[in-house]
Amino acid sequence: MKAFSPLLSSLAVQRRVIGALLMREIITRYGRHNIGFLWLFVEPALFTALITLIWHYMKVSRVSSIPITAFAITGYSSLLLWRNIVRRGQSAVSANNAVLYHRNVNTLDIFISRTIIEIAGVASSFVFLSIIFNYIGWMKPPEDLLKVVFAFIMLSWFGASLGLIIGSLSERFEVFGRLWRAMSYLLMILSGLAYLVEWLPPAGQKFVLLFPMVHGLELLRDGYFGSGFTAHYDLFYMSICCLCLMLLGLLLVNYSGRRIEPE
Amino acid sequence: MIVVDKVVKRYSTRKGKNTVLDGVSFRVRKGEKIGILGRNGTGKSTLIRLLGGIEKPDSGHIKRSMSVSWPLASTGGFQGSLTGMDNLRFICRLYGVSTEDKIPFVEEFSELGSYLREPVKTYSSGMKGRLAFALSMAIEFDCYLIDEAMSAGDARFREKCSYELLDKRSDRSIILVSHEPKQMRSFCNVFYVLKNGQLSRFEEADSAYAFYQESVHN
Repeated sequence: MKAFSPLLSSLAVQRRVIGALLMREIITRYGRHNIGFLWLFVEPALFTALITLIWHYMKVSRVSSIPITAFAITGYSSLLLWRNIVRRGQSAVSANNAVLYHRNVNTLDIFISRTIIEIAGVASSFVFLSIIFNYIGWMKPPEDLLKVVFAFIMLSWFGASLGLIIGSLSERFEVFGRLWRAMSYLLMILSGLAYLVEWLPPAGQKFVLLFPMVHGLELLRDGYFGSGFTAHYDLFYMSICCLCLMLLGLLLVNYSGRRIEPE
Repeated sequence: MIVVDKVVKRYSTRKGKNTVLDGVSFRVRKGEKIGILGRNGTGKSTLIRLLGGIEKPDSGHIKRSMSVSWPLASTGGFQGSLTGMDNLRFICRLYGVSTEDKIPFVEEFSELGSYLREPVKTYSSGMKGRLAFALSMAIEFDCYLIDEAMSAGDARFREKCSYELLDKRSDRSIILVSHEPKQMRSFCNVFYVLKNGQLSRFEEADSAYAFYQESVHN
């Protein structure tokens, strides 16, 4: 038991640190005026709802065989999930330089707390919107809830790992932040936001399936309306990708973490 | 005790590596009040950050066998949109103590009144300094690291600081860095001068001050 106690106590410290950072982030980000921290999920909800409404009324002929609302909401939620985590990760360290004055706070804790907030925000808006659209009859409940939850976990894993990489790189090299902006538009188009893998020619399918988030989104849609199309995903491939990205991210955070000199 | 053993710290500049601390060794025993004098840019704040564990030395070791505070500076490193109270809550959560117990002390000590519940960006530098000091006194440490922190307040505030640090916590250690020897004389009983990356120890304020003056004029 004694051998475990240093580990246990440092785990307790880390939990405390992340808890404190979470509260701090929520207050600094959303303030305590008007609806305060509710913005956490209103922000992504508004965005997703707007896009979904546009798509719903446009009724693109090609996708008539699949539920357009569910198609839009899954696409945008999954996009927001990894894009928001990365975006918030980019300023994570510079915005929190002051807290690095405390020895028991390290850079990784800041990333973790920001990632938790983003995941919570997107997930709650996703659930909220699903319930609303269900209620008004624009979409049906998911066919396989387990798949939906699992897809969300996988996409969060992907987002968190990517956030570590992009966050620490753009902290270190300013130019990387600008490059990422261009890259993220490209990834947004490729992410499966506006297509299903089965619509693409075989060569195109092969290409887009190189990107891990496409697998996550296909799984998410499979969970929602899997009976309406043939989903293409390989969770083993996605897990390997996420694992590699996460390890790379942790290495980069560790490498850049001690280079940051508070103020 | 804190043991600092042959610590070297370099920073990259455009002209190559700049060695700020070049093999610094000393010990801090419990209850010792250490004053470190040095000109601007001699590495005082670097030394404090290393002692506080915010940065790692390039070589050498720092061993802490007592609890050491975060470096207390007059600017405090606050997030402007948070209130003084938010900052107190954050610190208390971070160090695992109850906020409620500390509110009366911080209210009394910082003399911020209703401003304690206003965003820190509305504070004057003196108010920030008082808040910073109050927050670090709210958490108990064996050793307090102070980086010119008390230069912000007025004479009465400094007296309160002195009471909190020297009278109420006479068994604790203090490491105070400053370029201003006046305060150090009343707070400290061991003196060091930081010059060319090296620390020189003095038992008396006068000899430390003489050596420091010499370094100022060179």
